[in-house]
Amino acid sequence: MSLDTATVRRVASLARIRVEEDELPRLEAELNGILGWIEQLQAVDTSSVEPMAGGGNQALRMREDRVTDGDIQEKVLANAPDRAGAFFAVPKVVE
Amino acid sequence: MTAPTDMTLAGARAALGRREISAVELTRAHLGAIEALNPRINAYITTTPELALAQAEAADAALAKGEGRALTGIPLAIKDLFCTAGTRTTAGSRILGSFVPPYESTVSGNLLRDGAVFLGKANLDEFAMGSSNTTSAFGAVENPWKRQGEEETFLVPGGSSGGSAAAVAARLALGATATDTGGSIRQPAAFCGIAGIKPTYGRCSRFGIVAFASSLDQAGPVARTVEDCAILLGSMAGFDPKDSTSADIPVPDFAAACARGVKGLRIGIPREYRLDGLPAEIAALWDQGMAWLKAEGAELVEISLPHTKHALPTYYIVAPAEASSNLARYDGVRFGLRENGEDLKDLYERTRAAGFGEEVRRRILIGTYVLSAGYYDAYYLKAQQVRALIKRDFDQAWDKVDAILTPATPSAAFGRDEKQDDPVAMYLNDVFTVTANLAGIPGLAVPAGQDAKGLPLGLQILGKPFDEETVFAVGSAIERAAGFTALPALRAAA
Repeated sequence: MSLDTATVRRVASLARIRVEEDELPRLEAELNGILGWIEQLQAVDTSSVEPMAGGGNQALRMREDRVTDGDIQEKVLANAPDRAGAFFAVPKVVE
Repeated sequence: MTAPTDMTLAGARAALGRREISAVELTRAHLGAIEALNPRINAYITTTPELALAQAEAADAALAKGEGRALTGIPLAIKDLFCTAGTRTTAGSRILGSFVPPYESTVSGNLLRDGAVFLGKANLDEFAMGSSNTTSAFGAVENPWKRQGEEETFLVPGGSSGGSAAAVAARLALGATATDTGGSIRQPAAFCGIAGIKPTYGRCSRFGIVAFASSLDQAGPVARTVEDCAILLGSMAGFDPKDSTSADIPVPDFAAACARGVKGLRIGIPREYRLDGLPAEIAALWDQGMAWLKAEGAELVEISLPHTKHALPTYYIVAPAEASSNLARYDGVRFGLRENGEDLKDLYERTRAAGFGEEVRRRILIGTYVLSAGYYDAYYLKAQQVRALIKRDFDQAWDKVDAILTPATPSAAFGRDEKQDDPVAMYLNDVFTVTANLAGIPGLAVPAGQDAKGLPLGLQILGKPFDEETVFAVGSAIERAAGFTALPALRAAA
């Protein structure tokens, strides 16, 4: 599988990273270099192998079902680039 | 008396206990060394001298009352990936360049609980992605070691925990926290001639550590001796309800395990790690390590880990996939950098393009691609299956052996301008270390020799899940046999 320019552009859009047109050729070559290298995994026989999803062996714990938001509104907002009262502020989304 | 900056952590602790030195004196000695050397080495992104002196004064007060704890008055560097309440935490990235966490990571909080003094925040590859500490938005870190006869050549300290390792090697801290996702503790430790351990996945809480690849990330210490690593890990480790993958099992006395010896232990030598083209110096060091352990009464057992060669490509699917998901949070809305745009999507895209460096953008794009519709099974699911096979290789090996000995890295430290053109060549640095992250097992790097140019080389000991004690026992035996006393060219008081 090899990426073309249109796919690189689409993946960048999915990842929400702006890529200038003149960066695309080099990025395409680098990504294809990496993908070509990881392609070797296709040769490994993994039939009937359960995928390993996590790093540990334990089942995830359940926690008590209660609100634990901490009531720390000012701390949560302390690093906001822009805020309006008790809210994060962003450019207008809905016309 | 040994110069304060040349003490081991264990030695400094004993000297503090005997009141031969005060915590303030010990801290001032390190702050002075940082002031003198950090402008060149760039091991710290942020230094916190006032905070450190206040902590040292509190440590002296505690020691005077006989209330010293495991690390009371011990000056440490904290990798700038651990959130520290009230102290800027950047992850080596522009996107977090002015982020001040309102909370403390569990690991750094455990160290504070035990009385440690924080000198500052150590440099790292951006978001811990790299093997050379050259991707940091705050500049590269210089390895304090020099090739003989090439004093001008700027060597990298390894990565991603390059600032932590360089700070400890140059005597700008007695120890440091680090993290390891594919080798980021062990490779820089080996490149800088110090020890470092990635413990079992789940041993240290990930709460408050800026996430890279959550199923692989583990915190651990770097220090100048194996015992010092054991002391630090004893404080850093422990169950934390705030991390759903934290292991609820007791923390043993790691430091005590260092003196156990290796008599009767079965040490596995994996034949697949003898790579084609492995430099003769690395192969010879590995052979030497085997001879040392055999002389100490261990039994060497050849083993096979047949899926080893698939580990790096597996890692370079799993890690970028998890990174692309974890780093989605940096959107310019709730914290971190914002670049304004025409609309919200444009704001996201401009913020992330301006905030992330080249390697981070590359990995996010790879991760996004392998998780995207139509490719998920071919890449991500396949990688998870191969990961299961890699783990099974180790599970089967533990029937035959108690620990495994390998080289730590395929080379000594390289120059800043080498290996930068080809991402895949850079990725090969982690060929010996990445399997431990995929399998979730502990791995320790210990300095064991030098190459022909005088640069340090390390050996790696891998162990069973939650059996760091055996890893420390074997690592200490190697350390004693190697008697590694060489010193880096750049260091405090040198």
